[in-house]
Amino acid sequence: MSIFVGKDTRLLVQGITGRDGSFHTMQMVAYGTKVVAGVTPGRGGQKVEGVPVFNSAAEAVSKTGANTSVIFVPAKFAADAVYEAADSGIKLIVCISEGIPAIDMVKVVAYIKDKACRLIGPNSPGVVSPGEAKVGILPGHIFKRGSVGVVSRSGTLTYEIVDQITKTGLGQSTCLGIGGDPIIGTKFIDCLELFAHDKDTEAVVIVGEIGGRDEQDTAVYVKKHFKKPVFGFIAGKTAPADKRMGHAGAIISGTAGTAVEKTKAFEENGIKVGETPTDVAKLLKKHLR
Amino acid sequence: MKVHEYQAKEIFKKYGILTPREKMCRTVDEVLGASKEIGLPCVIKAQVMVGGRGKAGGIKIAKNENEVKEHTSSILNMEIKGIPVKKVLVSEAIDIGTEAYLGIIIDRAEKKTVVMACKEGGVEIEEIARQRPEAIFKVYADSLLGLMPHRGREVGLFLYADPKLAFECAAVTSKLYKIFTDLDSSLVEINPLVVDKSGRLIALDAKLNFDDNGLFRHPDVEAMRDRESEDENELLAKEQDLSYVRLAGNIGCVVNGAGLAMATMDLVKHFGGEPANFLDIGGSSSPEKVMNALRILLKDENVKVIFFNIFGGITRCDDVANGILEAKKTLNIKHPIVARLTGTNEDKAMEILKEAGLIFAKTMDEGAQKAIELLK
Repeated sequence: MSIFVGKDTRLLVQGITGRDGSFHTMQMVAYGTKVVAGVTPGRGGQKVEGVPVFNSAAEAVSKTGANTSVIFVPAKFAADAVYEAADSGIKLIVCISEGIPAIDMVKVVAYIKDKACRLIGPNSPGVVSPGEAKVGILPGHIFKRGSVGVVSRSGTLTYEIVDQITKTGLGQSTCLGIGGDPIIGTKFIDCLELFAHDKDTEAVVIVGEIGGRDEQDTAVYVKKHFKKPVFGFIAGKTAPADKRMGHAGAIISGTAGTAVEKTKAFEENGIKVGETPTDVAKLLKKHLR
Repeated sequence: MKVHEYQAKEIFKKYGILTPREKMCRTVDEVLGASKEIGLPCVIKAQVMVGGRGKAGGIKIAKNENEVKEHTSSILNMEIKGIPVKKVLVSEAIDIGTEAYLGIIIDRAEKKTVVMACKEGGVEIEEIARQRPEAIFKVYADSLLGLMPHRGREVGLFLYADPKLAFECAAVTSKLYKIFTDLDSSLVEINPLVVDKSGRLIALDAKLNFDDNGLFRHPDVEAMRDRESEDENELLAKEQDLSYVRLAGNIGCVVNGAGLAMATMDLVKHFGGEPANFLDIGGSSSPEKVMNALRILLKDENVKVIFFNIFGGITRCDDVANGILEAKKTLNIKHPIVARLTGTNEDKAMEILKEAGLIFAKTMDEGAQKAIELLK
């Protein structure tokens, strides 16, 4: 078992004919993901990596039974791509696009709230259930089937930590990046709710960073409701206040959202925090046999 | 992106929010002229985009011409939190009755736009939120329908007992919300919102920040950017699709991905070094991007060692290696370079760099430690 994506995933790639869309379609197909359709308005009838391209998500869904979509369209058009996926009956939408205005995301989140779909991202690197499916841009070779769930606000930092976990001999059940933006569809707690019921997940690693208070809220949730061991890492201890550190959501405003505050919240609520990415893998190894 | 108080107030005026009569000036002579138009006494306010201007002595009242000269030249020669003051705002002196706080942000936890009001003005709202959250009144806008008029009235009635003032405040709240959504703002704030002795509701100060991700649809906002008050290299980086923030240390870091870039700075610090910067070269990085990154990094004279930490995924290590090689030649880099390149095409990268005189590291821990070692 795994969460979000797996053997039943039938993937639609929105923006499949673009540079990133076509490259990662190739990578996802090579990983073994069932990529059943692509959408680029005006390019219906073409094929990318053997995958049929349609003019609309609705057509793609009705003809191929796609249940999951991954979005590679430019930020300007990405909000509409989410609306389109939601309206066509897609159940899981993974938005890779970076740079969507926050005000647009507030509307997107409200619009899809009552639909039967979930949004991961935007500004997410995607989701991998090793050995089953990879949706997004995460490099497939660093993952190994196993029992550790990994959820992160980052991309390459996640790869770094996963790589070290894999090198200690442990594998992952599902690994995902929830996105570096301030307004995102799926938060840490949403993932924990699913990891809690996933039999293959024995422990969870949360990779957080400065900005907002999602980590603090998550820590309280873990203490109250989550029974499996949780390990954490917080990036941005040396980040100055009021500066956006790459991710739109990674900003300490005034004195709120610092790494110190988040680390403290984790530790006070029973989450073991690694000082460095290497420490996280070591902690896991020590506690999981 | 941030703008100055005087720029924010220009926008407020356009939307019909009452502000004091005032004028932005750059010299003592200009201020003298403005003070004659506006009348004495007047208030001279430093225009810098950091908080705590008042405490730093950047806001002064001038009662006569001599004081105008004196205060202006002192403010124009001042640095506030390290930022030199280059402009002042000359403002009519308002006879303050009451002060309040009114602001709008996006509440990340609720994923909604929220209006915040507080009966105390001139306060640091984050401090109040921390110490006495009950002092802040919040109403949420409907994400699809916007801020309903009755929500604005709730805010007005919370702040003012007098219904006339309350409804005036409701109108100000609606206008503020319109500014927020029209312009892709990330923060709009009137602090303090004052009622003067004759009962007028005035935005005495104004703060307006914009969502960088929304700027593409607001060229008029982008045109307000004060390039003088932003770090030149940070702007240059942005134009080249890089993300750079300067810090005080001496180990220059070049990393792909924001999270890993932060973790790299933290790791340098963890092992006892001082990072010189945050620098994210992004996902699909070409050799040229690496060159641009190094150009920016080398403008910082504090940098003594360069530490590359690349986890190749979409980023190909051979691209980065070619960039390093090219930069070493054309930019004549004398600094020692520690390179940790792992992932996609790392073997090719090693081949490219084997004669380049770099110090290699297998892990980021090793890389950070070697960079620190080189400083000794």
